Amino acid sequence: MVRILLRTYLLGLVLVSLPAAAQVSEFKLDNGMKVIVKEDHRAPVVVSQVWYKVGSSYEPDGITGISHALEHMMFKGTEAVGPGEFSRIVSALGGSENAFTSRDYTAYFETLSVDHLERALQLEADRMRNLLLDPAEFAKEIAVVREERRLRTEDKPSGKVYEQFNAVAWRASPYRNPVIGWMNDLEHMSVDDLSAWYKRWYAPNNATLVVAGDVEPGAVRAMAERHFGPLQPSDIQSLKPAAEPQQAGETRVEVRVPARQPYLLMGYKTPIVGRSDEPWEPYALFVLSSVLDGGESARLARELVRGSGIAASAGADYGTYSRLPGMLLLDGTPTDGHSVAEVEQALRDAVARLREELIDEAELKRVVTQAVASKVYQADSLFYQAMEIGTLETIGLDWRLIESEIDAIKAVTPEQVRTVAQRYLVDDNLTVATLHPLPMDQQASQAPAGAGGRHGS
Amino acid sequence: MAADLQIACGAGLRRVAGRPGLTVWRSALVLVSLLVGLVHAGPNVESWQTSVGAKVMYVHAPDLPMVDVRVVFDAGSARDAELPGLSSFVNGMLNQGAGDWDADSLALRLEERGIELGSGSLRDMAWVSVRSLTESEVLDAALETAREVIANPRFDAGAIERVRQQMQIGLRYSLQSPGTVAQRRFFRTLYADHPYAHSPSGEEDSLARISRGDLVRFHERYYVAANAVVAIVGAVDRAQAERIAEQLTTAMPTGRHAPPLPPPPAVSGGELRESFPSSQTHIYVGQSGMARHDPDYFALYVGNHVLGGSSLVSTLGEEVRNKRGLSYSVHSYFSPMRVQGPFLMVAQTKNDQADEALKVMRDTLARFVSEGPSEEELEAAKQNLIGGFPLRIASNGKIVEYLAMMGFYNYPLDYLETLTDKLAAVNVEQVRDAFSRRVSGQAGIAVIVGGSG
Repeated sequence: MVRILLRTYLLGLVLVSLPAAAQVSEFKLDNGMKVIVKEDHRAPVVVSQVWYKVGSSYEPDGITGISHALEHMMFKGTEAVGPGEFSRIVSALGGSENAFTSRDYTAYFETLSVDHLERALQLEADRMRNLLLDPAEFAKEIAVVREERRLRTEDKPSGKVYEQFNAVAWRASPYRNPVIGWMNDLEHMSVDDLSAWYKRWYAPNNATLVVAGDVEPGAVRAMAERHFGPLQPSDIQSLKPAAEPQQAGETRVEVRVPARQPYLLMGYKTPIVGRSDEPWEPYALFVLSSVLDGGESARLARELVRGSGIAASAGADYGTYSRLPGMLLLDGTPTDGHSVAEVEQALRDAVARLREELIDEAELKRVVTQAVASKVYQADSLFYQAMEIGTLETIGLDWRLIESEIDAIKAVTPEQVRTVAQRYLVDDNLTVATLHPLPMDQQASQAPAGAGGRHGS
Repeated sequence: MAADLQIACGAGLRRVAGRPGLTVWRSALVLVSLLVGLVHAGPNVESWQTSVGAKVMYVHAPDLPMVDVRVVFDAGSARDAELPGLSSFVNGMLNQGAGDWDADSLALRLEERGIELGSGSLRDMAWVSVRSLTESEVLDAALETAREVIANPRFDAGAIERVRQQMQIGLRYSLQSPGTVAQRRFFRTLYADHPYAHSPSGEEDSLARISRGDLVRFHERYYVAANAVVAIVGAVDRAQAERIAEQLTTAMPTGRHAPPLPPPPAVSGGELRESFPSSQTHIYVGQSGMARHDPDYFALYVGNHVLGGSSLVSTLGEEVRNKRGLSYSVHSYFSPMRVQGPFLMVAQTKNDQADEALKVMRDTLARFVSEGPSEEELEAAKQNLIGGFPLRIASNGKIVEYLAMMGFYNYPLDYLETLTDKLAAVNVEQVRDAFSRRVSGQAGIAVIVGGSG
């Protein structure tokens, strides 16, 4: 319902993997490609995912969105497989396939009956090195991508808020750019740009194959060697760090677009797993986020939605895993008769309380219990199991962190939660975006199209 | 979209993917049809009635120490009568206090044990879902709480006003999307005064009018055992499953099943345009489709898989997206419902291309209706549907939704086992014949929302 509608943004930590002695095997091909196999013999199916270490945070200005545009073009043909043929072959095998691009990765997957795994690997190996990038196909597909941007961002008030929020929150970090790219960049992208991007990043030594399902690791290894083994590695140049400078004061942005509901999004810059001087900090932030928004019994639902009733929804979200430092996000929608400013104040008060007081032991216990149960529930999804391994590997962390996660959460103390609140949830480290609705029935109130620059319109 | 299809293949993905815009998919995550099931030796489905008369559907899944329970009622928005949104309102009140617990203590009781409670309401069905570990103290608490949530919601005055406001705001939020506006307009036009005409999310004024008495009466009438199906999947044996079903339903009165729905009216075609402050125009073209148990079900279903089952591999996808780059998400579907659900083609494109996209969609449909699929196309579609069976039931979460659907629409227990044969039997002539009788290549309703309309 409402909460689900408004909170599509704010999902909790990706809590990963099952405790039951997960059968995971890992090996490396001679060309540097890593292969990770997770056995799950509940059903005769398999998920195959090829993860590339490239995403929007790798992109320089002017060609934002190129990783995602290339992902679209990966279905448009090689010497051996014609445009659209990839999808038709997988479909005829009873499989489903898709791909996704994020800040830190681009991934391609097939879900199929286990006896068709080899064909999927053969197709993936082919397009890792042999993509054609036909200019006529590109001209059509980049138009599709622009339609996608219109659907996701241009015509979606919350999408606009999120885009503008990131654009002002980050000064140097490439996380300031939208994954799908700025419209102006999409309008000026060329097939040569894509060709260079493909050559730079698509190589076996910049990829990880994750296979989860009813498979034997030895058989997967043999298949991987047969199809990916012959591919030549590339010289992958390392990225510059693009570190975000210390923020020195609150940042605000107002987004004025036709809409029916006001909305508030706030974020504090925070450390992440594997990049924190003190390894416990990200887990303390996870607990903190769950104390605020780990369900209907958590503080924001109890106090802002039900208690004072000033918010129709309120949420918190902390991304534990990313390549570069991220944020702890808070958001909310006021009820009628209350303002965005009141919701903001209530969220700030909730944060201040975390800086000043220790959380209850009962709250901590609830968060741990939920995390443990989630581990079991997540084992029901094959795709999820592969996804968590691929994510960690691709952002440069060891997938085994998945297995120590529960222990790390259990080790968090109320004092540590207060400490991370005091260190990171401070005004100088805060960005606030508000959606100010303009009337829906006035065409003139639309932001001018093609106004250029970092505008998102 | 696909209002009464209840398996969203995106659910698991979205959870991982996080914020929209943070992960961008190559093609829209479309709801997967409920039709597909398993091939060989599917799960062994067992069924019985509880002592108060609720139908139970059960599959033993021993591998993970968890259990999924889904209780569905014939209590969707088709039962709203004069108060659009009533069904969703009642459903949204269930976890806001029940039995001895107010909303706070109820939520805490569940979450301090890691229990997940969900609920929802569409046109045909309303449901409550519970996911719990099998550890006995936890499972007992889950069942006891769910029992009260289903049978004894409190409908406290404060909670009513809170949920009313949340629904109104949720409605306004959804109306910021031209796609939602177009879809609502399409259903209102196609169904006129039929109970399927209004959206399950209701209308601002009807939500304002709903009283506590309305909520209580609706709940008393429809959340009853004779109107319920209990689906159970998990690491519990048959005897435990029987106890679970009893525990859940013991507080429920037997009651009566909801009455049959009237047949949808005959509505002639037409074109409706509406302006919207958007850069894209959303197009919904369609007509009356089919009901569950329709004699043409398999021919129409497999035929549509060729026509527009996905944005990537389908005739519509080829014409609209691949050949012309007009739209990111284009597809067509039948929503098989208790009585005839719609057949719909959907796309969205920048405003100045709307007429072109509409024409391509209509031409594609007209050609498909007159010519039917080729042998190769039909074969490929059948291969996808039949070969994909094992994937569709590869998790407890998916199986429990199938069971609930099968129980709700009164499919036989061997429904999943016989599906592949029925799909395999569909031929080109049957598809052509079914489409020519059931789908108009010309008329239909077109709703076009966006730009200056």
